[in-house]
Order: sequence, then C-alpha cells, then structure tokens
Amino acid sequence: MLKDITIGQYIARDSIVHALDARIKIIITTILIIALFTIDTFSGFGFFSAFILVVILLSKISLKKVLKGLKPILILVLFTLVIHVFLTKGGEVLWAWKFISIESEGVYTGFFMVSRIFILILFTSLLTLTTSPLQLTDGIEYILSPLKRFGVPASELSMMMTIALRFIPTLLEEADKIMKAQQARGADFESGNLIQRAKSLIPLLVPLFISAFRRADDLALAMESRCYRGGEGRTRLHELEFKYYDFIALIIIIILAVAVSFY
Amino acid sequence: MLIELNNVSHIYQDENNVKALKDINLEISKGEFIGIVGHTGSGKSTLVQLFNGLIIPSSGTVKVNGKNITNEKSNLKETRRHVALVFQYPEHQLFEETVFQDIAFGPKNLGLKKGEIEKRVKEVMDLVGLGYEEFKDRSPFNLSGGQQRKVAIAGVLALKPDVLVLDEPSAGLDPQGRKQLAELLKYLYQELEMTVILISHRMEEIAELASRVIVMHQGEIVIDDTPVKVFSQEQELHKLSLDLPQITEILHRLEEKGLKVNTNLFSISEASAEIIKALRSK
Repeated sequence: MLKDITIGQYIARDSIVHALDARIKIIITTILIIALFTIDTFSGFGFFSAFILVVILLSKISLKKVLKGLKPILILVLFTLVIHVFLTKGGEVLWAWKFISIESEGVYTGFFMVSRIFILILFTSLLTLTTSPLQLTDGIEYILSPLKRFGVPASELSMMMTIALRFIPTLLEEADKIMKAQQARGADFESGNLIQRAKSLIPLLVPLFISAFRRADDLALAMESRCYRGGEGRTRLHELEFKYYDFIALIIIIILAVAVSFY
Repeated sequence: MLIELNNVSHIYQDENNVKALKDINLEISKGEFIGIVGHTGSGKSTLVQLFNGLIIPSSGTVKVNGKNITNEKSNLKETRRHVALVFQYPEHQLFEETVFQDIAFGPKNLGLKKGEIEKRVKEVMDLVGLGYEEFKDRSPFNLSGGQQRKVAIAGVLALKPDVLVLDEPSAGLDPQGRKQLAELLKYLYQELEMTVILISHRMEEIAELASRVIVMHQGEIVIDDTPVKVFSQEQELHKLSLDLPQITEILHRLEEKGLKVNTNLFSISEASAEIIKALRSK
C-alpha cells in the first residue's frame, strides 16, 4: 500500500517525452502551470486535459500508473470541493437548511478548483514520471545557476534535491519492512479511529527516522571520503544538451499556452 | 500439520513483476528445526513471510494449524501469535524508550494483563541472556548492536509463539554473539519444543542446528532432506553456488586425496576425532 505513491518515481520508457531535455521540460511545466491559472472556463480545462492525454500517450506510460499518482491528493481535493460548495456564496440558491445553504456559484467554483488541482498534479507528476531524478535536479541546477551570482547555492540545492528524491523509494521500502516487522509483533495499522491510528504509527515512525538519520550519517561520510566539497567546478558524466526537438516542443507549448490564455 | 503450502506462487506486483516463488508445496510439522538455505534472491525471505500472512501469495493456499490464512483476513492477528517472525537486522525496529516497553509491545498488542506482561518480559530477557534489573529501564538505543538484537529477538519471543521464524539472525554478529544465538535456538527447540525455521547463509549454523534442510533456488525448492543427505550432495550444492560447512569441505578434500574418512560430519570436534582415527588406522 505504501508503493502506490508515484510522485518522485521515475518510470523509464523509450519515448519522445522522456528524451526531451530536462530544462525544457521544467520550463514547459512552469509555462503550463501559469497558463492553467489564467484559464477561466471549463472548455479550457477540457482542452488542457486533452493535451495532457496526448502527452501521456506519447510518453508510453500507462494511464493507470499516472492516475494512481492522484490518489494521495484525493482528500485534499474533496476538502476543497466541500469548502467551496458550502462557503462560496452567490447565484441561485440550490438547497438550504437552517443556516446552511448551497448556491450555484459555490458548486461551480468547487468543481472549477478541483479540475484545476487535478490537472496541476497530473501534469507535474508527468514531469517526475518521465524525467529521472538526476536529470531533473541537473535541470533545476542549470535554471538556477544564473542566481549563483547573488549567492544562491544552486549546486548544493540540487544535490540536496537529488539525494531527497533518491531516498524516497529506499525509505518507502524501509517503511514497508518495519511495518511488517511490527505487524509480526501484533501491531495493527489498519483499524481503530483516527487517534488510535495516529498512535499506532509511532512504532513505524521512530525506527524510520532513526534509520533515515543513520543513512544520512553514512552518506555524508561516504561523500566526504570521496572528496565531495560542494559544487564548485564539478563536472558531470551526462551533460545536458539541447536537441532540435526540444525547441520544437517549447514553441508548440508557448503557442498553446498563449492560445489557451487568450481563449 | 502445522504449516502447509499448496501450489503456492508469488509474483511481486511492481514494475519488474519478479516471480519470487514458483509452485511451492511444503509441509512443516510440529517440533521440526528447519534450515532454509539458498543464495540471495532465491525466494527464502518471501517464503517465510507467507507463514504468518505478511505476504498473501498470488496463487495457492497456505494453511496454519489447519486454517486457510490466504482468504480470511480477520484471523491474521491470531496466526501471527502462533507464527512469529524475526526479520533481518531486527534491531532496526526498536522504537520504545526502555527495553522493557519495547519487549512488552507484542504482549500488549495481544491484550495481556499487566502482571502477565511483566512476567513474560522477565522470562524472555532471561532466555536471551539480558539481566532484567540491569537492562529493563535502559534505552534500547544506548545498547551495543549485539544487545539490541537480543532485545529485538526477546520482543518476538514474548509473543510465546509455537513457530519461530528467523531470517538471517546472525548476520553482523560477532563470534560470541553467534554462539549465544545458536545456544538460544537450541534451547528453544530442545527444551521448549518450539518449531524453529532458520534462514542462514552460514552452513555451519544450519548443519549444527537443523533437523531438516530446505534448499531454494530461483523461487523453487530444489532439495528438501536431512542435513546429512543435503550436505552429501556436494556437486549439486556447488552448482547452486552454495557451500558445504567448512569442516565438511575439508573432510571431502581429504577423502579425495585418499584418506578414508566419513564425510558426513559437521562439527569440528567430531571431524577432528574422525581424522585422527583415519590417520591412526592408516
């Protein structure tokens, strides 16, 4: 059950989406996120979703895997929906009981926000699904590197992100193992009310934190013994390189974004 | 029959879809000491997690005490009380503030009364060789690695299981720790008549302790026999990239060189007596 989380989990495929330069993909995602917030009609969202569907098909990753990544945010989405439906006022009164009322404006905004969140998460998870963590952080480092002049530690930041992403699967695996070990001692993670459930996580979280700290220690030592001393002058094995299709993709996206936001 | 596996296969549901177990049939009866050997990735760990329902197999049935645990989810807690599992590096799952509380975690989950819990903790600390008064109030995180492992094993023993499964319990222990562990397992098996299932890479350990040895290879059980018979199949074991116990290996080499010795001995004392005897009668 812990393995359902897809964010930060790269799936290797041989596709055009995977082959795009990480920097371009980050820029594209940023542009599209901005465009997403300029959209104010449902047909705009429909257009956007269709576009994402095309990208998913091109990426050769099964739709099911991508949609799985939406599962963890379901609660957030539901929460947003409920808040808007009950609290945003305006338009026709659809239903009223004592001081509670649902008005058409609320329902509209609720679904509007939900669609926006879904598309946002879908698209960003597509970025992490098709870009290996290493490429991703390299890309971020490149994009941030002009800021080095102003004292932003771009390479350190990207190293931190690389390490964080790298250890997500490891820690999940570890959590799975500890969970099993505690279950073998009769721990119950699946039943009880919210407080009981939260309490039952202690036997999982304490060992998990301890092992994370131990790993951090080991890793720091290993890096130091291989003479890591920050990003200054570090070269890389795989240099990022722009190809012609990167520019084509970027141009297509800019046209799309402009079209969508003036639509 | 204590544990019964019928046509069990298991595939891990992730992007690799590794077929970890292929059509396993296995019966384990009460009072056996089973050693499971096989090189890394042969399916040993997956196999033992089936015994108490931590893994539900993709197909086939697992029965514990005659009850099918592959479809009744509600009874797993009960099953886990009978079949306890000590994972690799069990000290990594310690979490409580004191040794007492950590060992008491299992009995508490069983819903035992305070007095009974205390009695059990005392008992198992004695078993693993940790002084109750000396250790009960100490933090498990300030103990040495060997002591931590003892605490972790005590925490599992406190469930008073009928079957104890251990996944490489001696990995990373010093020779003294290994010896103490072997003594403990022997005691549990012989005096408390516990059924013990031991996964190990150390053939010496298996040969010394087990009454039955299961050899796994690529998700299948390839040999299932007494230690004497298993370790006499030297060629077969080498093919599976497994070794004989070192002392047995020496006896085999001596026999190859023409010394008439009995090669089915696994302890150093027996073997040295045998070699001396063979040399004298020459």
